[in-house]
Amino acid sequence: MKTEKRPLSIYVHIPFCARKCLYCDFLSAPADEQTKEKYVRCLTEEIRQNSTAFGEYEVQTVFFGGGTPSVLPAENIGDILKEIRQDFVLNPEAEITIEVNPGSADLKKLRTYRDMGINRLSIGLQSAIDEELKALGRIHSAEDFFETYNNAVKSGFNNINIDLMSAIPGQTIESYRETLKRVLSLNPLPKHISAYSLIIEEGTPFYENTPPLPDEDTDRELYKITNDILKVAGYHRYEISNYAMKGYECRHNKVYWKRGEYLGFGIGAASLIKNVRFSNIRDISEYMETLDYSKIRTDRQELSVEEQMEEFMFLGLRLIRGILFREFEENFGKSVEEVYPRVIGKLKEQGLLTEICDEQGNRTGICLTQFGLDVSNRVMAEFLLT
Amino acid sequence: MAHIDQSKIRNFCIVAHIDHGKSTLADRIIERTGLLTSREMQAQVLDNMDLERERGITIKAQTVRTIYKAKDGEEYIFNLIDTPGHVDFNYEVSRSLAACDGAILVVDAAQGIEAQTLANVYLALDHDLEVFPVINKIDLPSAEPERVKEEIEDVIGLEAEDAPLISAKNGIGIDDVLEAIVHRLPAPKGNPDNPLQALIFDSLYDSYKGVIIFCRLMEGRVAKGTSICMMATGAVADVVEVGYFGAGQFIPCEELSAGMVGYITASIKNVKDTAVGDTVTDNNRPCKEPLPGYKKVNSMVYCGVYPADSAKYPDLRDALEKLQLNDASLNYEPETSIALGFGFRCGFLGLLHLEIIQERLEREYNLDLVTTAPGVIYKVHKTNGEVIELTNPSNLPDPSEIEYMEEPVVSAEIMVTTEFIGPIMELCQERRGRYLGMEYMEATRALLKYELPLNEIIYDFFDALKSRSRGYASFDYELKGYEQSELVKLDILINKEEVDALSFIVHKDNAYERGRKMCEKLKEEIPRHLFEIPIQAAVGGKVIARETVKAMRKDVLAKCYGGDITRKKKLLEKQKEGKKRMRQIGNVEIPQKAFMSVLKLDEN
Repeated sequence: MKTEKRPLSIYVHIPFCARKCLYCDFLSAPADEQTKEKYVRCLTEEIRQNSTAFGEYEVQTVFFGGGTPSVLPAENIGDILKEIRQDFVLNPEAEITIEVNPGSADLKKLRTYRDMGINRLSIGLQSAIDEELKALGRIHSAEDFFETYNNAVKSGFNNINIDLMSAIPGQTIESYRETLKRVLSLNPLPKHISAYSLIIEEGTPFYENTPPLPDEDTDRELYKITNDILKVAGYHRYEISNYAMKGYECRHNKVYWKRGEYLGFGIGAASLIKNVRFSNIRDISEYMETLDYSKIRTDRQELSVEEQMEEFMFLGLRLIRGILFREFEENFGKSVEEVYPRVIGKLKEQGLLTEICDEQGNRTGICLTQFGLDVSNRVMAEFLLT
Repeated sequence: MAHIDQSKIRNFCIVAHIDHGKSTLADRIIERTGLLTSREMQAQVLDNMDLERERGITIKAQTVRTIYKAKDGEEYIFNLIDTPGHVDFNYEVSRSLAACDGAILVVDAAQGIEAQTLANVYLALDHDLEVFPVINKIDLPSAEPERVKEEIEDVIGLEAEDAPLISAKNGIGIDDVLEAIVHRLPAPKGNPDNPLQALIFDSLYDSYKGVIIFCRLMEGRVAKGTSICMMATGAVADVVEVGYFGAGQFIPCEELSAGMVGYITASIKNVKDTAVGDTVTDNNRPCKEPLPGYKKVNSMVYCGVYPADSAKYPDLRDALEKLQLNDASLNYEPETSIALGFGFRCGFLGLLHLEIIQERLEREYNLDLVTTAPGVIYKVHKTNGEVIELTNPSNLPDPSEIEYMEEPVVSAEIMVTTEFIGPIMELCQERRGRYLGMEYMEATRALLKYELPLNEIIYDFFDALKSRSRGYASFDYELKGYEQSELVKLDILINKEEVDALSFIVHKDNAYERGRKMCEKLKEEIPRHLFEIPIQAAVGGKVIARETVKAMRKDVLAKCYGGDITRKKKLLEKQKEGKKRMRQIGNVEIPQKAFMSVLKLDEN
C-alpha cells in the first residue's frame, strides 16, 4: 500500500550576481570564484545536515533563486541538486526551476541544466527596451535575452517564465507595449509571465537617488494593459502579478500563497514547517564558517492560530481565485465571518472584495475585485488580527 | 539661632538677554562660594527641570542661598534669585526683581546689548535696583569688551568702566564679580519688629509639604506657628516650616526676618492661593497695606489640547491638574471637538509657555497630544450689547449677531543691525504692524518700535524674525490693549465636512492667503485615499481656496521573494499602525501631524 507523503517545497538561495541592479534589495552581491565555490560546498553541507526529520515528506518543487543562480558553473547546481536527491524523496514529476539572466547562460549551460532534471526556467528580462535596461542598471541587452530564450528552447525547455517590470524610469505606455509585443512574438510563447512594478526599496541606489519615474496614472495604466494584452494572448492571471498559460501556473509560488510547507537553504532563506516560520542568517561569512547548520536558523516564530488565520487571508487573497470559506473552516474550525465580522462587509462596500459563488449560487469564498487587486495592500492590512 | 546681620545680606538677581550666559554665571557663583564642589555641579544648577537644561532657558524662578567669605574677611549671605529669561514670563521676572535689592547685568562681549537686555535692565531700574554690568564671554575671538562697555554707557547710561570682564564658562573673572556683589550692591533694609510684609515671588507644589511659598521679607518676621494671610487672595494658614534655599534642597530654620529670602510652608493645597506678587502678612498683626505691583496674570494665548489616543483623556486631565499645581498661570477647561473628541482649551502666557507645557505633558506624563492652532482672546461685541471673550474660534457667534470685534495689540521693540532694517520692516508690515519709530543705538544698530496684533506674532513671528535677520534681530513685547479689527473665521472643509479643530480667526485681508496655504499644506499631509478628497477653505460659507487629494490608484507589494512572508507582513503591519495614528473625519483619515503642521505655514 502506498502511504501518502506530506508535500514539501525547497528553495535554494544563490546570493551572487554579476553586478547589483540599481533597484535590487535582495540578498545578493558579486563575489570571487573562491567564495562561490566555498558557498556551494557549505550549501550542500547545510542540505545534508538539515534534511533529517523530513522522512515523511516528498519534495514537489525546487526553486533556485538569487541573485542570479546562473552565474555559478552548471556543475555547482548539479552538485546541489544531487545532494537534494540524496537527502530527500524527490517526486519524479517535481517542478524544478532555476532563475537565469540573459547573457549568463549559454547553450551548453542550459543543456546541462536540462540534463540534470531542471524543467523550468525563469528568465529576468524586465524590459525589451535597451534604454530602460540601462536605466535599471542591468547588464544585458534585449538582444541577449532573445539569444538566451532561443537557446533555452533549443535545449528542450518548454516551461519558461519571463519577468517583466513596469514603472521603469523613462518607460512610457508605448515602450511598454513594445516590450509586451516583442515578448508575445516569441516562438514558442513563454508559458508564464511575471509582471511586477518597480518599487523603490530602502537601501538601494534608487532609494538614495531616485530617478524620475512614470507618474501614478501611467503606472496604473501600464498595470492595466498588462492584464488586457496578456489575456488576449491566451494567458490567465492567477495571482496579483503572475500570468500563465493553462496548466503552467508556477507550483512553487503557489505553495507560498497557500501556506504549504517549504524549506529554504542558503543565506537569508525563509522556511515554513508545521506552522513555524524561520529564516537563515543573512551574513555570508558567518554562514560559511558554521560547522553546525542547525544553528544558522534564526527568527523562529511559532505561528499562533490568529497569525495563521491572518496569513491564510492575506496570502490567499493574492490568488485571483481568492479564498474558500470551506478551506478556512477546515483549517481553523471557525468561519471567516466569525473571525472577521466587520471587515469583509466594509471591504465589499468599498468595492475591494467580491463574493465567489458556485453553480447553485451558494457563496463559497471571496476574492479581490479589479480595484482590490490594484490596492491589495490596503485590503490585506485589514485582515491583520494582532 | 544666631542673629543675622542685615548688612551682611545681598539679595540679587542676574539679568541678561537670552544666551548671554546668565545661568552659567549663576553656576559659577554657587560653585565659588563653596555650596557645591565642582564635581557635584551639574551644569546650570538652577535650571532644575530637564526641559530647562535642555533648552538652556529658565522657566521657573529659582533661588539659592550661599555664603561668601569676602576679601575684607567678613562672611556674606548671598541670595541669588534666578529669573525666567523669556518675554512670556515677564510678570514673573518683575516679581523676582521686586524681591531683590540689586542686579547683575550680563552682556555678551561679542553681541552687545540686545532687545531683552534693554527690557530687563529697564525693568530692574524701575524696581529701584542697584545694577552693575559684567561683560561675559571675553575669551571669544569676536569679543569686543571696549565697544560693549561704551554701548552700555551710551545706551543704558550705566557706568561700565569698572565692569568685570569675565568668562563664566571658563571661570575667568568670577572673583571680581563676587567682590562687586559685596561692594556695589546694597544690603536690604526693613525692620524685623514691624508687622510682617513679605512678597511672594514664586511657589511650588510639593506632594508632602503642600505649597511652598518663595518669599522676600520686607518687614517683620515669620516663624513656625505664625498665622499668615495672603492679602490678595485672602487665604489664611498656619506656618508649618520656614527656611532657606540650599542648592536643590530646602533647609529649615527657626525664623525668617526682614531682609531675608526664604520659603514658608503652611499646608496650603492650591498654588492659586499663593499668587505670585501677593503679599504675605501676619493674620494677627497685619501690615497696613500690601506691597505694590500685584496683578493677576492672565493667559494671552489659547489652544485646544487633545490626547492623540482618546482613551487617554483622563490621563491628560490628571496631568494638567498636576502641572497646574506648580504653574498657576496655566488655565484649562474641558471642551469637545467633533474632529478630535474630548480635550481641553488651555490658556498660556505665550507661545513658549504653550510649547513648554506641551513638552512636559508629553515627556513627564508620556502623552501623545494633538494641539490646535493657538489663538488669542478676541472681544466680540454683539448687537445686543453683550461682549464675549472668545478663546475658541468654534464659539464665534453668527456674523449677523456681531456688531464688531476687537483683538489684542502689543507694543514691540525689535533690535536689529542696520542692514536688516528693510527686511524686518517688511515683515512687520506683512504682519499688520503699525510703525511707531526707530532709534539708532549706535551707527550699526537700531531699535524699531511697532504696534503689532498679538495674533500675528504668536505663530512663527520669532522664527521669521530670526531667519530674515540671519539670527541678529532680537525682540521684546508687552500687551498694549485691544483694538477694533476686521476679523473673520476661516473654516476648513475636508471632503465637504467642516473640521472644527482647524478653524481659526484671521484678519479679513489675510484670509485668502492663509486659506490657500492651509489647503496646500493639508494636501501634502493627507495621504491618498481610495477616493478623491476635496480640501476647501471657506469664510462665512463661501469657499475661497481649494485643493484636491487625488484618489489612490495603486498600492501593491513588490515581488514576494523566496517565501519571505514575515517581511511582507511587517509592511502590512506598518500600514495598519499608520492608520491608528489617524483621526477619522467622516470617511477621511487625517494624520495627527496634519493638525500641527498648519501652525507652520510660513516655512519656505
